[in-house]
Amino acid sequence: MRPRTGRRWLTTAVGLVLCAGLLFPLYWMVNVSLTKPSDLVRTPPLLLPLDPTLDGYRLALQQNLGALGTSLWISLATVVLVLVIALPAAYGMSKLRAPGTGALMFTFLLAQMVPSVVVVTALFALYKQLGLLNTPFGLVLADSTASVPFAIILLQAFMRTIPDELLEAARIDGAGRLRTFGSIVVPLSRNAVVTAGLFAFLFAWGDFLNAQTLTSGNSITPITLALFRFVGAESTNWNAVMASAVLASIPATVLLVFAQRYVAAGVTAGAVKD
Amino acid sequence: MAQHTRGAVGPVAGERDDAERLAARRRATRRTRLAAFGFVLPVVLYSVLFFLYPIVRTGELSLQHYTFMSYFTGQADFVGLDNYVTIFGHPLFPRVVLNTAVFTVVSLVFQFAIGLALAVFFNRTFPLSALFRSLILVPWLLPVIVSATTWRWMFYKDYGIVNALLGTHIGWLSDPSWSLWAVIIANIWLGIPFNLVLLYGGLQAIPEGLYEAAALDGAGPWRRFRSISWPLLRPVTQVTLLLGLVYTIKAFDVIWVITKGGPVDSSQTLATWSYKLSFQGGTEQSLSLGATVATLLFLVALVLGLFYIRTQRKEMDA
Repeated sequence: MRPRTGRRWLTTAVGLVLCAGLLFPLYWMVNVSLTKPSDLVRTPPLLLPLDPTLDGYRLALQQNLGALGTSLWISLATVVLVLVIALPAAYGMSKLRAPGTGALMFTFLLAQMVPSVVVVTALFALYKQLGLLNTPFGLVLADSTASVPFAIILLQAFMRTIPDELLEAARIDGAGRLRTFGSIVVPLSRNAVVTAGLFAFLFAWGDFLNAQTLTSGNSITPITLALFRFVGAESTNWNAVMASAVLASIPATVLLVFAQRYVAAGVTAGAVKD
Repeated sequence: MAQHTRGAVGPVAGERDDAERLAARRRATRRTRLAAFGFVLPVVLYSVLFFLYPIVRTGELSLQHYTFMSYFTGQADFVGLDNYVTIFGHPLFPRVVLNTAVFTVVSLVFQFAIGLALAVFFNRTFPLSALFRSLILVPWLLPVIVSATTWRWMFYKDYGIVNALLGTHIGWLSDPSWSLWAVIIANIWLGIPFNLVLLYGGLQAIPEGLYEAAALDGAGPWRRFRSISWPLLRPVTQVTLLLGLVYTIKAFDVIWVITKGGPVDSSQTLATWSYKLSFQGGTEQSLSLGATVATLLFLVALVLGLFYIRTQRKEMDA
């Protein structure tokens, strides 16, 4: 028994080394964010923030707090829009056998393959005509395109597992389709809804291309765009740049810690990422 | 159909009752279909506007001469395939295609190999294995901009950690012969979690008993991998590689943040070149030329996408 346990812990040690190696860039981000500018130009670089400073975070918050707020509400609005579109669609496709379900599924699978550069080029031309450039609504619509196919694929797969008898019982009790949808299907799909919403949030939070193309000046500046511009403007204050990067990582980290179950569900169900 | 209903209701139902019931049923079916259509209608309109239209519009733009004035008027002349002639004859075109191929293939090979090795390693339980697995996913969930910005600082010639660790003095971001490799390295790192997750899932689906039986027959770890894991993992391998291929070929953020395709277009791929031509091209800027490159990229992605869907279908039928 002894040597066995010993070997298992040896495997753990190897796993720890692998994990640390893979996460090194993230450690480096945190390390640099706490390093003084004068220490940043040392060769070789300091491996540990032995003499840490929070100046980077102070400057980052001063410059980019507004951008974090923008990202937050743009992402939340995207989640709402994605769910409003995806939930009824998933219900119609999985439970009501809507005509054209097969064609829609095909479209969503393929839509995930379309390069975002293609979408954003056309949206730029369209928004220009419709006056949607530099509008929050335009950006939210564009951000939703990354999540709608994934959300529908996930939700309709889940709704298929809801027993038909349950919905029929509701019908017999006099509930219409809308009522059945609102008070039975959606509540029962709670877990899938959380997963879909969570990934819609993360995708919108991580968007850079749409914001960079469909907004200009300071009209709407999410954190990704702010960070990108910050790199150009603050080439000496890399601790502030990395502090902004750390702040931009907060939602993903929080979700991974507190909603791990849902993250794992999304990861295995879709494995989608731009 | 009718006989089933009759049986269910009782033997006394007459012919007329039957006909009425059938008609009612047909009405109900029609109403169900109408309701179903109501539920999917929003997404149909949405798909037309955000999935179909962009493809058509980008294709249309590639056949027009969209000038500086067109940005204001929205008007552009039809020029046929002129833009394609311009792009195919562009001095940068061969370089960009080669860059895209190298970026995609090298990224994919290493992402896959490292992801597979990690999946095999984690395909056993040991203390803290679940924690490590979920930690490795973190880079995947972070905005690409965050990771790319971090890599950009790590690649700095004078104060970057990469040169310090390697004991080199390479201008990863400033030397045209190294810039492409910088973005490839960062992109490999970005893609490892994706490959790990899919391949780990595939390995978990292989029954434990097979390995035990093979071990009893005296097969070592390598033999067990070669003769059990690898062949049984084949469908998952296909999906992982195809999806990876599509996602890598259209990668934009990571390149744009680390090198912007430069210096002097040395790390430009089809995706970044298209964007540069459309939006940052200076005197050369033309939404039409950008759309032309985007359309070419789309066609490649489309072929790969259809191929992916076909393998998925086969998998389901099998």
